[in-house]
Amino acid sequence: MKLEIRGLTKRFGSFVANDDISITIEPGEIHCLLGENGAGKSTLMNMLYGLLEPSGGEVLLDGSPVSFNSPGDAIEAGIGMVHQHFMLVPVFTVAENVMLGREQTRGLGVLDRHKAAELVRGLSSQYRLAVDPDALVENLPVGVQQRVEIIKALANEAKVLILDEPTAVLTPQEIDELMEIMRSLKEQGTSIVFITHKLREVKAIGDRITVIRRGKVVGTAPPTTPENELAEMMVGREVKLVVDKDPAEPGDTVLEVRNMTVIDGRGHTVVNDVSFQARAGEVLGIAGVQGNGQTELIKALMGLIKPDAGQIMLNRRDISKWGPRDSLEAGIGYIPEDRSHDGYVGAFTVRENLVLDLYKHDEFSRGLALRLDAVADNARHRIEEFDIRTETMNSPVSALSGGNQQKVVVAREFSRPLKVLVASQPTRGVDVGSIEFIHNRIIEERDRGTAVVIVSTELDEIFGLADRIAVMYDGRIVGTVSPDVPREQIGLMMAGAHGAPAEAAAVGNEDA
Amino acid sequence: MPDVSDPNAPKGQADPEADAATKAQVEAAAHAADLRSPATWLPTAKVTVAAIALALLVGALLIVVSDQRVIESASYFFSYPWDFFRFSGEAIGQSYWALLTGAVGSGAAISQTLERAAPLICAGLGVSLAFRAGMFNIGAQGQLIIGAVCAGYVGFTFDLPPGLHLVLALLAGVAGGGLWGAIAGLLKAQAGAHEVITTIMLNYVAGSTLLFLLTKDAFQREGSNNPRSEPVDSSAVFPDILGFHSGVIVAIAVAFLIWWLLERSTLGFEMRAVGANADAARTAGMSVPKVYTMTMLIAGALAGLAAVQQILGHHDSLTANVAGSIGFDAITVALLGRATPLGTVLAGLLFGALASGGVQMQASAAATPLELTQVLQALIVLFVAAPALIRGVLRMRDTGGGATVMAKGWGS
Repeated sequence: MKLEIRGLTKRFGSFVANDDISITIEPGEIHCLLGENGAGKSTLMNMLYGLLEPSGGEVLLDGSPVSFNSPGDAIEAGIGMVHQHFMLVPVFTVAENVMLGREQTRGLGVLDRHKAAELVRGLSSQYRLAVDPDALVENLPVGVQQRVEIIKALANEAKVLILDEPTAVLTPQEIDELMEIMRSLKEQGTSIVFITHKLREVKAIGDRITVIRRGKVVGTAPPTTPENELAEMMVGREVKLVVDKDPAEPGDTVLEVRNMTVIDGRGHTVVNDVSFQARAGEVLGIAGVQGNGQTELIKALMGLIKPDAGQIMLNRRDISKWGPRDSLEAGIGYIPEDRSHDGYVGAFTVRENLVLDLYKHDEFSRGLALRLDAVADNARHRIEEFDIRTETMNSPVSALSGGNQQKVVVAREFSRPLKVLVASQPTRGVDVGSIEFIHNRIIEERDRGTAVVIVSTELDEIFGLADRIAVMYDGRIVGTVSPDVPREQIGLMMAGAHGAPAEAAAVGNEDA
Repeated sequence: MPDVSDPNAPKGQADPEADAATKAQVEAAAHAADLRSPATWLPTAKVTVAAIALALLVGALLIVVSDQRVIESASYFFSYPWDFFRFSGEAIGQSYWALLTGAVGSGAAISQTLERAAPLICAGLGVSLAFRAGMFNIGAQGQLIIGAVCAGYVGFTFDLPPGLHLVLALLAGVAGGGLWGAIAGLLKAQAGAHEVITTIMLNYVAGSTLLFLLTKDAFQREGSNNPRSEPVDSSAVFPDILGFHSGVIVAIAVAFLIWWLLERSTLGFEMRAVGANADAARTAGMSVPKVYTMTMLIAGALAGLAAVQQILGHHDSLTANVAGSIGFDAITVALLGRATPLGTVLAGLLFGALASGGVQMQASAAATPLELTQVLQALIVLFVAAPALIRGVLRMRDTGGGATVMAKGWGS
């Protein structure tokens, strides 16, 4: 099926999210949609999927115009979408999830589970998806859950499959597997719209690449285009993709975590006997797939949750009983992984957010009274220093782009002398230009003698920044390696292997 | 660790439709970015004025259908319609004219309006403050009652020099209300109890406590079986200035103080941060339980001050009905005032004017029942709470104004 988008425009008030976008997706093509966060990719796809009503333009399927008022219409027309966040019922089986919303019965309302299971089995073997229809979704790894979503779309006879940032939640191995599946879908005639901001993936799988910037199509490129050229199209200026840095000169151990264990509310051991050291002037990268205990490790480190065992030593002082205020005051800078949830107050102005954890300092308050002029001075200073793009310092942070929101958080944490910097996913959902900036600032902070701990699920980021890499899997640190080791080895460790290549086959077969 | 201190944390993953909708709002808000520019508050002000106008319009209909002469003239409407329109016009005109003159038509009327407004402003500030910290304080009524008990007891029991007596009684009322509010704050901070539940329950406890005390010798008027205390001593009463009691000045001064607290102090910064995003506040090192407790303490103290206005305004006694419905009207006042101190003062004045003018309206030739003012109050807030309706009626553009802070009062 050929999908044509002609002059699609979407306005929110006077803001134009999509401006006259035209793209043609040929049958059996993997068409990559590349753009920074906030470039308008999701808006475009939400219009295609009937979630948003276009302000102008039209969508053509095989040459005839169509209009979708709801996702139901889009599905009917053969468009399937796999969202970034899965829409699955965890306590249902794969087959039950697939038949959800179009249950087939054998009369008297008795569900025909058998038929659904057959359907899943059929699709699974046709596209080599390796999904067991009777498995409970909650027991499946994320990569397999994603395949269940794909099966759901295929069960609805999708001819065009939209994958919205599908690789964000996957291990490197799972990404490879997903790409295999995408190729197999393509061979059998399904068109795929692959939304991403990762250049490597686009080049690996795409047939054609359309780059979107600020709601406009800036160009279409073949996958042979060099990465830096694609990045330039995406950002609108030249960007350095590699972080410039000198070799680290590690000093004394500043922060040490000893045998930390965290048990969550459901009784699962989410952090299991973790120990590591962070040294002055060095970046320790903690790699791992999302959900392997990194979140809890860092929250416990900051005193936001209580560790069940273990010690945290800051300059040989036990700080494991401290709350966040004490840790921050002692010189730990903290960039939380979910900035809108923990990093800033969206309704607050840029000015206020820039002192969110500094307002008690003498510089910004005297007794109970805030020193508004000092707060404003600080904002003026930081906005310039960190190139925060905002209309005024009194704009609410929620009105800024993701990259600029993150810059507010980064600027705030860098505005006091630090002994340790703890940064979780410092560039998640941040545009390429801001990534470059934030990475450079982190390295600058390292060179100033700060011990830096970076948690990231993006291997590129880990490789770019870290001087040592600790890999987390299932709540443990499975190994600490130098960034010189091959990418594949770290990928395997992220999937639970202890680095020995022999175990690779076993891991690969697990899902089959 | 189960996080008891935070009922407002978003739970689960948003569905894509909601995602798209919020994204649209964010993007639409992006161009009216400066929170201090008129572009931000003007739409809100317009919606409020429009809501008042619409409420008066609906009120006019009610006046018409409840007027005896209008009803009679309707029976011969088709033979002589003029009577119907004339009587309708007269009824509306007389009622609203009486309402207006009763509210601001004379010095006495204005004094009456101000004195009626003062407790509404104080209690409304308490509700507004709690809103700003992300809490729905339904307990102003209970806090008021306990404040009245304390202020009244000091007012009629002790024999102290004027001035000192007033100050002590005032402080007793404020402390009583504050403690009652702090109970709900502590329960939320330490045990995770939702403040809506606890404040409602504490209202019952306060009301029953008052009834109980009024049967005891220490409170009940000597030689009487009625649930009524002695009136407070004249030494504990707010002195009159310019025809109204000076408690009104206290109310306005306190409104300014609360504005300063919210916008200019570190504690207010913490309150607003916790109200807008408790997780980020905690991550930034703020003590969320402390903020909840402090907020409810101050909110209760403000309700206690409202009680002080009631009981020390004139030589009043403590009765079962001493708080009237001020504690609940305060919620309406805070809603209409968009939980800002200035808004609360204006809303309190409006409601004070309606209450004061309503009496005259009932006495007017049209004899429109006093209850109409309550209907008007309710309608105004109803329209304010439905800004989309107002915009639809007036064909205003949606610029994101009119969205209220209260939307998240119940948590998620």
